[in-house]
Amino acid sequence: MIDISESVMQLLLALIVVGPLVGAVAALLPAPPGLRGTGPDQAVLRHGVTVTGAVLAAAIVLALGFDRDHPSRIQATTDISWIPALDVRIHLGIDGISLPLLVLTALLTFLCALYAYFKQRDRRRHAPTPNDATPADGPATTADSATTDAPAPADGPSSKAFVALLLLLESGMLATFAVLDLLLFFLAFEMVLIPMYFLIARWGGSEGVPGGRQAAAWKFILYTLLGSVVMLLGLLLIGLEAGTFDMVALATDNGRGLTTSVQVIAVLAIGLGLAVKTPMWPLHSWLPDAHTAAPTIGSVLLAGVLLKMGTYGFVRIVLPIAPDGMRTFAPYLAALAVSGIIYGSLACLALAKEGAGGDLKRLIAYSSVGHMGFVLLGIATMTPTGVNGALFANIAHGLITGLLFFVVGGVKDRYGTADLDTLAGATGAALYGRAPRLGGLLAFAAVASLGLPGLAGFWGEMLAMFGAFRPAAGLSRPAFLTFMVIAAFGTLLTAAYLLIVVRRVCMGAQAREAPHLPDVRNYEFAAWTPLAALTVLAGLWPAALLGLTDPAVQKLLAGGKS
Amino acid sequence: MTVVAESAAQSAASAAHAVGHGAQAAYSVHAAPGSAYDAYATVASGTADTAAGLVQSIDWLAVAPPTLTAVTALVVLVADLFVPDRRKPLLGGAAIAGLLAALITLVPLRGDDRSTFCLTTDAGACSYTADRFTLVIQLLVLGGALLTALISLHESRKLPAGEYWFLLLASAAGAALLPASRDLATLVVALEVASLPAFALVGLRRGDRRSSEAALKFFLSSVTATAVTLLGVSFVYATTGTLHLGRIAGRLGEVPGPLTTLAAVGVALTLIGFAFKMAAAPFHFWVPDTYVGAPLPIAAYLSVVSKAVGFSGLILVAVVAFPSYGDVWGPVLAVLAALTMTVGNAGALRQSATRAWSAVRLLAWSSVAQAGYLLVPIAAAAYGTGAGTGAREAAGAGAGGLGGERIGSTVAYALMYAVVNLGAFAVAALVARTKPLNRLSDYRGLYARRPLAALALGFFLLCLAGLPPGIVGLFAKVTVFSTAVDAGLGWLAVVMAVNVVIALYYYLRWTAVLFQPAEEGAAPSPATPVPTTTPTPTTTPAPAPAAAPASITTPTPIPVMIAIALTAVAGLALSGAPQLVLRFANTSLF
Repeated sequence: MIDISESVMQLLLALIVVGPLVGAVAALLPAPPGLRGTGPDQAVLRHGVTVTGAVLAAAIVLALGFDRDHPSRIQATTDISWIPALDVRIHLGIDGISLPLLVLTALLTFLCALYAYFKQRDRRRHAPTPNDATPADGPATTADSATTDAPAPADGPSSKAFVALLLLLESGMLATFAVLDLLLFFLAFEMVLIPMYFLIARWGGSEGVPGGRQAAAWKFILYTLLGSVVMLLGLLLIGLEAGTFDMVALATDNGRGLTTSVQVIAVLAIGLGLAVKTPMWPLHSWLPDAHTAAPTIGSVLLAGVLLKMGTYGFVRIVLPIAPDGMRTFAPYLAALAVSGIIYGSLACLALAKEGAGGDLKRLIAYSSVGHMGFVLLGIATMTPTGVNGALFANIAHGLITGLLFFVVGGVKDRYGTADLDTLAGATGAALYGRAPRLGGLLAFAAVASLGLPGLAGFWGEMLAMFGAFRPAAGLSRPAFLTFMVIAAFGTLLTAAYLLIVVRRVCMGAQAREAPHLPDVRNYEFAAWTPLAALTVLAGLWPAALLGLTDPAVQKLLAGGKS
Repeated sequence: MTVVAESAAQSAASAAHAVGHGAQAAYSVHAAPGSAYDAYATVASGTADTAAGLVQSIDWLAVAPPTLTAVTALVVLVADLFVPDRRKPLLGGAAIAGLLAALITLVPLRGDDRSTFCLTTDAGACSYTADRFTLVIQLLVLGGALLTALISLHESRKLPAGEYWFLLLASAAGAALLPASRDLATLVVALEVASLPAFALVGLRRGDRRSSEAALKFFLSSVTATAVTLLGVSFVYATTGTLHLGRIAGRLGEVPGPLTTLAAVGVALTLIGFAFKMAAAPFHFWVPDTYVGAPLPIAAYLSVVSKAVGFSGLILVAVVAFPSYGDVWGPVLAVLAALTMTVGNAGALRQSATRAWSAVRLLAWSSVAQAGYLLVPIAAAAYGTGAGTGAREAAGAGAGGLGGERIGSTVAYALMYAVVNLGAFAVAALVARTKPLNRLSDYRGLYARRPLAALALGFFLLCLAGLPPGIVGLFAKVTVFSTAVDAGLGWLAVVMAVNVVIALYYYLRWTAVLFQPAEEGAAPSPATPVPTTTPTPTTTPAPAPAAAPASITTPTPIPVMIAIALTAVAGLALSGAPQLVLRFANTSLF
């Protein structure tokens, strides 16, 4: 849109990746005079907002400077040799596939930092609000949650550590989408593990999680690490056989330098790692616990970004680099994907039932399994339509589920629990009556999540199923038609449980003596509005996104031929 | 006979003779007394003109690193007799200075390969070679000894200073000689020179039953292993008629039929001694008790330097001398590697946080597991590219070929491991000053008390686990993985992958403990109700009562802090530029 010279673009992209890392180190240092704010917590949380804000600004400028006429071209590239011994190069660059994810990541992290900052400030201002009694989430409650464990030495280190971990996490997430080297991709993939582990284990809540937040954090990190180490073996196999770790060169090669047997083994190994992260149905069991235990911010980033790293890996690495291997596994991937759709919906239905003791966060986590099933189905079709749908569904899921987790976090703050039965009581939680805006937002997010046409959730799932209607050459059409039908049935189930949730949480008879419930606060509006607005925008104007991804997808699928 | 004679001369001249009396005597039995004496005398007098046929010129610069260390050892031992008690700390300073000087002599040796103590009849067969491999391992060994010395400056006050420093330096001299040796006799002598003082060091805490028990255990099992190695060496000598590694490699291929079994047995037996030093799986049982019984700096020393002795000897013997038997030792080492890492990780996993000395025990078991990773590239050196393409042909390319490149990954990994493991031990030594029981639970809230030390330890542990922010650890693991994948050892790579995940559990558990809020109450608190009743039958003369009340005001030991700072800076620098160590990974070191 605006013309920015390539070198500035390079710098911007480098800043986006390195900035949060520097910010993380700076967060651990004592605040310089003049930036101390009203207290150490406030100062360091403000630092987090500043850094993530700067990164978001850089990402937006990068998006504006992105040449939309050639979205399939890798832009803002940096290519420096880093470890010659392993042939690792710092190769950064973005194209139409990674740019939306990059901006989404920067946006979500910024909103999270903003939410944390204002929440802490709000907490200080209204010190004796009912919320304080409940060790919920967010950095401001570190003192609370600490008192349940052991007396905190001081509040300072905790908020410091929180911001440092958040920024480290951001750096890893952004790097995943910006790097174009297989080993660097692996490094970025691993970089998010430690911060997310600590976010869950130290700032999480144990309610509704078997074994508590510690167990959930362990499950998350061990499961994902096992997957990603196996993925590393696949990456090494590709790199050693093809003689390069450069994704662009490998994608241009389109698997011609690799024998089919190597591709099959590599796709199996890489696919396992990515499938754990995504998560694909039988490998998903870490996800519900991690989401339920994580603090609001952790859940938002986990669902909004971390899951996308898995599907992005499929599109960026598996599809173009080892197409023959992918063709072997595509039907199985699709079958597992639709199993995930049905499984996720059924699990949600069971949780939403009266008397099931379902946790709202756990329910959304299971719904993520279903939604990621659509993404995987789209990828498995190996057609431009399906892959575009998958990428669209990726972004939509990031926006909608991010919003859902924010809103549910808000509900949990107000009620002190996210347990559906406790919330709903006999008739329903009556959120429409008690906090109309909060209820409205929850209903909006739920409806967007079930894929109402006109909102973001619709296009991705529709395109994915459309891709399955006519899969790529060499894939069994009857099988994919069956998968499509099952997936369509899954959308019905999705609609069913989300509407049940809306009925039980938003509607119901309002008890007369119920305590006053604060409606959506200003800072919550600030953090949530962008997500809601983008959900509507992506639903009404999908071409904005598809125009970016489509040429890049076409090129990736065709390899060097186009 | 000439072979043996002149190797006796070399070892006489080399630093080894200063301390290795026992071992040297053991093998100079073979030597013809007259010629050995001649050579000995000429070298000792320094006049290289007499007896021209037997005398060689010695490249003093090439042999300087081990020699300087050995000389310092002797100086310290003698000086101990004359230095008054209050000046004893000077001995430590002298030892550190000697190690620094030895490290500095490595600088001018860079770039070109030097050989000395060559056969007068064949200039290609030398007993001492200072090539890249030698220099890197010497850097590792001497640097490790230097850091050990820094960590032990305080600790050594409780120990007899003169003996302590002498033994440490003598062992380091042997360890520095070992990677340079290119004949089996020198190799065994160096191995013994490195080991014998270590037994004494482990048992140096007089009046401590655990210490003596640990030393005895270490000694008995080590001596058995050495005896087996000597038997293997004699078999190899019997079949090939030479002790020089390069010549053995040539002659093993053409061993006459009836002797092939003997040769194979010899190869296998020779490797056992080194596998023991490295604490590979069936020979690992001495590790935990020895580490716990030894003074903490010595445990650090054993975990790094002794391990380096083991794997560099293994590399020399396997890759340089026995390449043609790659199909024998390759699979064996691969299985050994898998076994070692699994056993080590399982042991580390079982450490309960409240057991006494659980931190050191965990480090001990983790060092066993790490030895498993170190073995992977050595095993891979026996294989060609891709699965199962004739090991003999690939190995036939010789030590300079594929095998030489693969073992570079071991060296790179070992450098990373040495830095971060010594760093972890340094922090453990720091914590042990106030919490002598050194339980994992004692590390709770370390971040609140000593934020920098806690951050450093967290970083070291994550490097050992191989997860960012420990980037150097991650890439070191990647090189090891890539050798396994390249050699077609897919199963070994998968076993290692699973082990990496298991290892993360205990490393990260420890890391998480560091940042947890401290327990209520400052001193040995009621929060951990069973600290003393933990199942430790050996009642130590615990210095705990004395240390506990003063725990808050204990002055920070400067040398330990320097050691932590050095390792942390090195670790961070390597994380920023992993090429610094990884450059050894893909080039031939010989």
